[in-house]
Amino acid sequence: MPSHQRPLSPHLQIYRWQLTSVLSILHRISGILLALGTVVVVVWLAALAAGPESYGRVMGILSHPLSLAALAGWTLALFYHLLNGIRHLFWDAGWLLDLKGAYASGWAVVIFAFLLTAIVWGVSL
Amino acid sequence: MAEFRLPKNSRIGKGKHFKAPSDATNVRRFRIYRWDPDTADNPRMDTYEVDLDKCGPMVLDAIIKIKNEIDPTLTFRRSCREGICGSCAMNIDGTNTLACTRGIDEVKGDVAIYPLPHLPVVKDLVPDLTHFYAQYASIKPWIRTQSATPPDRERFQSREDRAQLDGLYECILCACCSTACPSYWWNGDRYLGPAILLQAYRWIADSRDESTGERLDDLEDPFRLYRCHTIMNCTATCPKGLNPAKAIAEIKKAMLARRSL
Repeated sequence: MPSHQRPLSPHLQIYRWQLTSVLSILHRISGILLALGTVVVVVWLAALAAGPESYGRVMGILSHPLSLAALAGWTLALFYHLLNGIRHLFWDAGWLLDLKGAYASGWAVVIFAFLLTAIVWGVSL
Repeated sequence: MAEFRLPKNSRIGKGKHFKAPSDATNVRRFRIYRWDPDTADNPRMDTYEVDLDKCGPMVLDAIIKIKNEIDPTLTFRRSCREGICGSCAMNIDGTNTLACTRGIDEVKGDVAIYPLPHLPVVKDLVPDLTHFYAQYASIKPWIRTQSATPPDRERFQSREDRAQLDGLYECILCACCSTACPSYWWNGDRYLGPAILLQAYRWIADSRDESTGERLDDLEDPFRLYRCHTIMNCTATCPKGLNPAKAIAEIKKAMLARRSL
């Protein structure tokens, strides 16, 4: 028996961040952001149903620059989560599971998430 | 719940600094995790300056030189020094690999060396792999048959059937992949991890094995198999160039295929 309790070797603290693990944790984080964003959508819908005054008030809040920035982030989370979800479907079918496929599809997901977000905001602003 | 911080007794302190001799011509610093079970001290990082002009090319060469010439208390596992025994698996420059096959010139700057991540440390770079081996035993890693053994010959395989084991049989169970997996860090008590699942698939894929159904039954579990979230740190780090993520996906596909029959 060891005379002192064994320490746990370091893990997150020392393991090199790489595309594989970063995109995986971003998938979870973007999922959480989407859940929060859904509450905003419900508030917006409820205000719409409650009539022009409440709708105007909510739109006043939502059109504040800070709200717009948050909404842009939310759009990015939406597209990232959607595209990476499709990547997961490919994986479930057994495709793209080598390192080359994982990295190429990973970068593609990142690039297209930004691109689609830019298009949506370019069109709507 | 995942515990992201290290426990109090595991946090790493500052260690000693061993200077290179004054006639050294090509000095490289090796920062190495140390923990001595005979003291109550926390782990620490010792720094060793090594003259690469008087050292072999691999990281293992450097730590053997350190043990022989600078600090004989440095403890690590090694045996074959050619990437087939898996003993010298450790975390070098942020990823898990074999010290004997990782060239010093592949690392930029100081060479940081830790034991395999998220395991109890026996001493210095030696982690306790008891649980890992117990998980290996749990998948019954041998041929299990129902039919009678042929009296006059071995159980033959076609070339095609044998080819199904390529990319699986080469696994040396060094535990680099499992200890690179965040899922295994947080749920290693119940999740089998990439190495053991690759081994499990090695027997599922074997045309001579006759217990595929039982093997799949044993794996059909939210933790044992399905804690794999296709992070792919395993495949990225495997020193043998194998693909545990692919093997796990094949098990998941086999689960679906038999349900839809």
